[in-house]
Amino acid sequence: MSPLNIKKGSTSHSAYDLRDPYADVSEAHTLAVIVDNEAGVLARVIGLFSGRGYNIDSLTVAEVDHTGHLSRITIVTHGTPQVITQIKALLARMVPVRAVHDLTEAGPSVQRELALFKVAGKGEHRIEALRLAEIFRAHVVDSTLESFVFEMTGTPEKIDSFAELMRPLGLREIARTGVAALSRGA
Amino acid sequence: MTQTMTGAQMVVKALRDQGVEVVFGYPGGAVLPIYDEIFQQNDIRHILVRHEQGAIHMAEGYARSTGKVGVALVTSGPGATNAVTGLVDALMDSIPLVVLTGQVPTFMIGTDGFQEADTVGITRPCTKMNWLVKDTAKLSETIHLAFHVAKSGRPGPVLIDIPKDVQFADADYVAKEKIKVSHYQPKLKGDIDQITRLVEMIETAERPILYTGGGVINSGPAASQLLRELAEATGFPVTSTLMGLGAYPASGKNWLGMLGMHGLYEANLAMHGCDLMINIGARFDDRITGRVKDFSPNSKKAHIDIDASSINKVVHVDVPILGDVGHVLEDLLRIWKSRGRKVNKAGLAAWWKQINDWRAVKCLTYKPSTTTIKPQYALERLEALTKGMDRYITTEVGQHQMWAAQFLGFEAPNRWMTSGGLGTMGYGLPASIGVQIAHPEALVINVAGEASWLMNMQEMGTAMQFRAPVKQFILNNERLGMVRQWQELLHGERYSQSWSESLPDFVKLAEAFGCKGIQCKDPKDLDDAIMEMIRYDGPVIFDCLVEKHENCFPMIPSGKPHNEMLLGDADTQGVIGAKGAVLV
Repeated sequence: MSPLNIKKGSTSHSAYDLRDPYADVSEAHTLAVIVDNEAGVLARVIGLFSGRGYNIDSLTVAEVDHTGHLSRITIVTHGTPQVITQIKALLARMVPVRAVHDLTEAGPSVQRELALFKVAGKGEHRIEALRLAEIFRAHVVDSTLESFVFEMTGTPEKIDSFAELMRPLGLREIARTGVAALSRGA
Repeated sequence: MTQTMTGAQMVVKALRDQGVEVVFGYPGGAVLPIYDEIFQQNDIRHILVRHEQGAIHMAEGYARSTGKVGVALVTSGPGATNAVTGLVDALMDSIPLVVLTGQVPTFMIGTDGFQEADTVGITRPCTKMNWLVKDTAKLSETIHLAFHVAKSGRPGPVLIDIPKDVQFADADYVAKEKIKVSHYQPKLKGDIDQITRLVEMIETAERPILYTGGGVINSGPAASQLLRELAEATGFPVTSTLMGLGAYPASGKNWLGMLGMHGLYEANLAMHGCDLMINIGARFDDRITGRVKDFSPNSKKAHIDIDASSINKVVHVDVPILGDVGHVLEDLLRIWKSRGRKVNKAGLAAWWKQINDWRAVKCLTYKPSTTTIKPQYALERLEALTKGMDRYITTEVGQHQMWAAQFLGFEAPNRWMTSGGLGTMGYGLPASIGVQIAHPEALVINVAGEASWLMNMQEMGTAMQFRAPVKQFILNNERLGMVRQWQELLHGERYSQSWSESLPDFVKLAEAFGCKGIQCKDPKDLDDAIMEMIRYDGPVIFDCLVEKHENCFPMIPSGKPHNEMLLGDADTQGVIGAKGAVLV
């Protein structure tokens, strides 16, 4: 198991969480899928998960090579080792898929997510929120007399814990990007 | 030299350059420019179907009986949606198809235009790959790429959606040889270390079995030849899935018959009792495995497959070999021969003795009748009277399909066309026409049930128009036989909606289409009637009135392992528990 393995707790309410969770030992895996950036490619990848009852805990996608028209889709999924192998094989056989990297299996990786938090409050709550934001190295990107919007980058666990702390302090909304990940080293 | 032409001209030229001789299709508003081009040429023959589903099944029959890519052309909206069942059928059974659909002009896409449907959206999970081509300049290369994808690796259907304005616009044609070689290049050669491991297991196995599937046939005739060589040289028994029949000849001495839910006793018990299972181009389908937990519990398993996602999907295998069956078998035989052609002779002798004891059970025995035609008898006679002829068989789906697989013998690949994975009722009639178009001189018989046959019977019009002398051999029990059988075994003999009250008079129906109708209900007349069907120069609808309540045996009930087969009606009391009833 990689030390940066994402715990299931943070995102256990996936819309695609259709399988019996007690069937076998479930592992979380982060997959980086390099695809041709063409119409419908994301639907193709997502359709595979929904069509076969696999889980998507988090998904990010953007073009990373403008000349080669390649996009990188980062998927955090969980399932039994057999299901994870199956997912990788099914992704790899798709025509617009150029490569499938299992970052969890490949060794240590860096995983980051960006999140925005809207926290509304007055007095002590407001001060406390600001103090905690400093500890977590969250930036204030918007502020009114009654609210802040914090921006924070980190592992999903860090974002989870910050959200937990903000909840009693007037947390109104969270927007999260989902995980982007790269393997460590060259 | 570049050639500038319209998108519609490109379609016809690209098909011609791909060696396409026949297109199955149905015109409509969004494909009129392509039909206009088809009208003005003679290289590609167009077969006008009566329903788009028929076009896809015909293309499947054509593809499966020739090893070529089948091509269909249909219009937008309903034309495309009618094709969907056929696409999934081809996807499940790995049949290479290129399907061209018309689409509303690009500037109307998204406006809910007349006969607009999100064809690529609808067919994305129904195809191996699909494309919406919005620019004529990309059309020819997309068509060439489509053929490459359809036939490479595990074959399958692909679809190209072509808006009408793209068909009218001009652009340069890109020749087949000029297209960027796609990165889609599935690996053909298997890993030599794994193949060597399998050879070592072959050398010592006491109770081996070759479990072959449609992948052997898809790999091409050479793969079937290598399989035969392997079986003869090692003396290993061979069984096959429904899709793989004909890869090893039914007359071959190592042949155990089909395995699976309605497979032969000896084949299923050999699968259950083997110590080495070599899966060659099959995929451990649920019709094969029964209860997975108890599937062949004491064997080492090897699996040769070109699709990595088929390996370890259902059953864990000890030796996975990713590659094309033909290439892998070639290496396997070479390595095995170079190591001295060793097999465990003593083990094999005892294994064959055991298998012969199972064979002696004669699991296909049925109660004969002198007054009614038993469906098994009808197929035995059909087999006896057509054996040795240049014969192709298609089927619909249900009891008759299983009986055909049990009672007809296939000596060569590409002679047996049936809907295995999807189980599409209505497949057989159009498929038989597709086969006949590819093999005009051959005897093409669709073994059908009356219920399945009615699902696409409009295609008799196609058979008549294009003089395809297909023989529709309908085993008519006035029931949805397989549904009825399950209701008898699983649902307390409550025959909910499983019989037809008002079937047509098939002889009159034949007359209405302008072909020949034959009805037979007396076993004594059957041989003459079958001969009359074979000799008639034109399509025949043969209404064979058979026993109405015959069950198809052997049968492995849902949720049971291979060694708990039912051999006949006497075995059936309370056999399927509540868990099994949930399965299909």
